[in-house]
Amino acid sequence: MKDLLKALAAATMLGLAAAGTAQAQDPTKACFIYVGPIGDFGWTYQHHQGLLQLEKEMGDAVETAYLESVPEGADAERAIERFARSGCDIIFTTSFGYMDATNKVAGRFADVKFEHATGYKREHPNVSTYNSKFHEGRYIQGVIAAKMSKAGVAGYIASFPIPEVVMGINAFVLGAQSVNPDFKVKVVWANTWFDPGKEADAAKALIDQGVDIITQHTDSTAPMQVAAERGIKAFGQASDMIKFGPQTQLTAIVDEWAPYYVERVKAVRDGTWQQQDVWAGLKEGHVVMAPYTNMPDDVKALAEETEEKIRSGAFNPFTGPINKQDGTAWLAEGEVADDKTLLGMNFYVEGVDDQLPK
Amino acid sequence: MFESVLITIATAATPLLIAAIGELVVERSGVLNLGVEGMMIMGAVTGFAVAMLTGSAWLGVFAAILVGAAFALLFGFLALTLVTNQVATGLALTLFGLGLSGMLGESFVGLPGVRLGAVDIPVLSDLPVVGRLLFGQDPLFYVSILLTAGVAYFLFSTRAGLMLRAVGDNHTSAHAQGINVIGIRYLALLFGGACAGLAGAYLSIVYTPQWVENMTAGRGWIALALVVFASWRPWRVVVGAYLFGGVTIGQLHAQALGVGIPSQLLSSLPYLATVVVLVLISRNRRLTMMNTPASLGRAFVPDR
Repeated sequence: MKDLLKALAAATMLGLAAAGTAQAQDPTKACFIYVGPIGDFGWTYQHHQGLLQLEKEMGDAVETAYLESVPEGADAERAIERFARSGCDIIFTTSFGYMDATNKVAGRFADVKFEHATGYKREHPNVSTYNSKFHEGRYIQGVIAAKMSKAGVAGYIASFPIPEVVMGINAFVLGAQSVNPDFKVKVVWANTWFDPGKEADAAKALIDQGVDIITQHTDSTAPMQVAAERGIKAFGQASDMIKFGPQTQLTAIVDEWAPYYVERVKAVRDGTWQQQDVWAGLKEGHVVMAPYTNMPDDVKALAEETEEKIRSGAFNPFTGPINKQDGTAWLAEGEVADDKTLLGMNFYVEGVDDQLPK
Repeated sequence: MFESVLITIATAATPLLIAAIGELVVERSGVLNLGVEGMMIMGAVTGFAVAMLTGSAWLGVFAAILVGAAFALLFGFLALTLVTNQVATGLALTLFGLGLSGMLGESFVGLPGVRLGAVDIPVLSDLPVVGRLLFGQDPLFYVSILLTAGVAYFLFSTRAGLMLRAVGDNHTSAHAQGINVIGIRYLALLFGGACAGLAGAYLSIVYTPQWVENMTAGRGWIALALVVFASWRPWRVVVGAYLFGGVTIGQLHAQALGVGIPSQLLSSLPYLATVVVLVLISRNRRLTMMNTPASLGRAFVPDR
């Protein structure tokens, strides 16, 4: 009888030990909240590509889950909390509007790590923020546009007047003016992130008014198709859109989230995760320029040179002297804009041919 | 430039016109199908997929028409045969269509599609100003005008059209006269679904030849509003659709010209215009009542 008990106890111990090892090998669960459908071929699509890459690189070591088209606001809080309860080790919330919800839930789940994209609030030690310097790519696009345009006017299809978008327009204009000081940019606000029909109409309106380069800060590939149809050049947005304009796309700004996602999930796994605020660009590989196509070699060389200058840190697109739109001085000669001003940018630089919606 | 602006307006108005003219027939028969957006998006994804797989834009268009009609048949089975609430069923159809299309279309995201090109009638399309507008558009533009003319003729100049209107105005009387109320409503629904599917295909094959989730972006709802806007008169739908398209394109041009009006206000102009016209036409109560199908949205169960 005693022996039997001993044997049982030993078996239990063994079982426990086995369970213990299994615990150590449990995959890390990474969860994602998306603002749009994964099929938008824009913002959310690129985040989802990051998730797929994460699965590919980490294999069995990671388990993933995602929720798409989660509205910003009260629903977001419920969605994030659901993930936190369901055993997620790290949760990526990938839109600006999830900022308050992310922080609120983070306060209740101290063991879970939270990563909020494009925000600035880190109210708890388990919340990090991350964003990409898309404006670096827009500066390069501006340089190319000024070189390629015969009319000296580019069309810019914008979404909403938030700092991110305003910063992009300014960077584009500064890049263009570094080549041609008289270069003009016509801005059309679509007041939507995503409506292929409306974006196409905006592109047609701009082309009818004489622009011969189109760039966009909305998510669909429709403007690229219109540019192709009308025989002018355009820039892709968020993902490489070369398939929609093989003779049209000059380059595209590609959001590359995968390196960041892999790095952060690995950090959770190793126990080295720490709160941080990351704003990375060309240098870190978070912003990637699609191949420079459909342009003469000298323009391509200039674009590559500009990219290299920004990547190496030798040059910042927002380096003075820069005036505000009304002609008042903003940055003195050689002065570089600080991140805080850029991330809250609500004014145009000199040379933008548009009134900023308030 | 003037000419290409007009063509842009026609492109923006055509899908609205096609979807609205179909819904007009449905509502004239006394059925309110709020599932236009859902049928449209199913048409868009089917049209794109079939055109892509077969390489023929026309096959895509026909497939979209069939799928739109199939979805309408589903609505008919629920709302007419099982007599469910029409408003709730229509909303469910829209949600179902949006979800299902996203799932079916997943593998087609990010692929350039097949475009249904513009027709080009020699000599005539070279006429100044109106040449390309009247003789060099995409084929579905002409279909939309023919559809409107056909529906106007059918509703007000044929016996079958009279029967359909009778069913929509008073289904009990129509039934008493021996008209097959449910049968006519099924046929009207099928026509409306086919039109919505066609309108969806217009988006994914002509307007912007690509597939992305939610690409209808609320156009089905605009089509529904246009039917009321037109007070159930076919040619007024054309006016409404082109007015809406015109204001939409006009505000984009105003922005590109740098007119100093806030873009948010300009963007809301098409909707404001719709509201204003709706208010104006509903001022005269008697006139509104005269055109509204009296049995609109009311359930019909024979012999009760």
